[in-house]
Amino acid sequence: MALADGRASPQTSLNHGADDKAWDAVVLQALKRNDVRLVPYVPDRVLTTLIKSLHADPFFTTFATAREEEAVGIVTGAWMGGQRGAILMQTSGFATLANVLASLVVPCQIPLIMIVSERGTLGEFNYGQSLVCRTMRPVLESLAVEHHTMTRLDELDFIVDRSIKQAVATQAPVALILSPLLTGGKVFER
Amino acid sequence: MTTRNTKVMDRFDVTSRLVRKLTHEEAVIGGIGNTNFDLWAAGPRPQNFYMLGSMGLAFPIALGVALVQPRRRVFALEGDGSLLMQLGCLTTIATLAPKNLTMILMDNGSYQITGGQATPAAGVADLMAVAIGCGLSSSVWAADEEDFDRLVDQSLTAPGPTLIGVRIDDKPGVGATRRDPVQIRERFMIGLGVRQAV
Repeated sequence: MALADGRASPQTSLNHGADDKAWDAVVLQALKRNDVRLVPYVPDRVLTTLIKSLHADPFFTTFATAREEEAVGIVTGAWMGGQRGAILMQTSGFATLANVLASLVVPCQIPLIMIVSERGTLGEFNYGQSLVCRTMRPVLESLAVEHHTMTRLDELDFIVDRSIKQAVATQAPVALILSPLLTGGKVFER
Repeated sequence: MTTRNTKVMDRFDVTSRLVRKLTHEEAVIGGIGNTNFDLWAAGPRPQNFYMLGSMGLAFPIALGVALVQPRRRVFALEGDGSLLMQLGCLTTIATLAPKNLTMILMDNGSYQITGGQATPAAGVADLMAVAIGCGLSSSVWAADEEDFDRLVDQSLTAPGPTLIGVRIDDKPGVGATRRDPVQIRERFMIGLGVRQAV
């Protein structure tokens, strides 16, 4: 019985590493370690646990914005005022950002950390979501914005930690895409 | 809103009035187009940020500065067409309620810079009423230049953020900002004491 309880199911082994930390805890710790304090977001189902833990931790100033662009503006102002920030959003939210990336973040060299929960692939049930997902990487590539798709828990801390450091050191934005392979994604429940 | 009891003012004059008041290294974010052209023309300050694109983000950028530098007064100058692109930010600002933020809306009911086309709000919406509805209770139209001065002074000790509406005419901006984004951003960060000039 004890043996059976101790054995992780495939689902939990996807979400928990050797140190037993879930992906959202790894992301939170990496933000904290790199002094990224300001985290505005437009929510997503997959991001719920991360958003909850950010709110619960007084280290972070975290709040919802009405649009993703607005969050970009806030973090840009905060960076210029001396504080690091990251924004959280879903794929469809990223799709609203081409103009502000091209006219503010990239030309002004703002180290904007974008954490994007990826919808539209690996089991998407909404055709529109799958189409908007296909616009994300071409937009990032057209602006030569660094981006990583995070699929594995054992690589997650390395990618997030190093990417934040690189963004700040090179004064360039980065998109960190949370794959359903890492988070489980959002599935059709019926 | 054709019955507003407010004087139609000159954007450059109002902007210059504001800039003349600034003696404590206050930050000023100028929105896209004429708003930042007139801020530029009112005289360079290292604490000015001139937004060259990202229409609608002057208030959110100012909010970011205000949140992380709570002891500095932050002003934002925005146009009515720009605000219409990002009305939702008024609710965010109302929720976070930074005491050190004064927003100024230059409203001529038109997209002056693209040929003077009327905005969809022109003649039907009252943007100060919209802002009050969004939770920004200190949102008021300036009756004239003296009233504008008074409202700016009053905002400095207000318990929350202030929005001042200024009805302006359809004149174009007076100057033209030098369009060098990195230089604008770097000067601003030096002006805010985040970086040292080298």
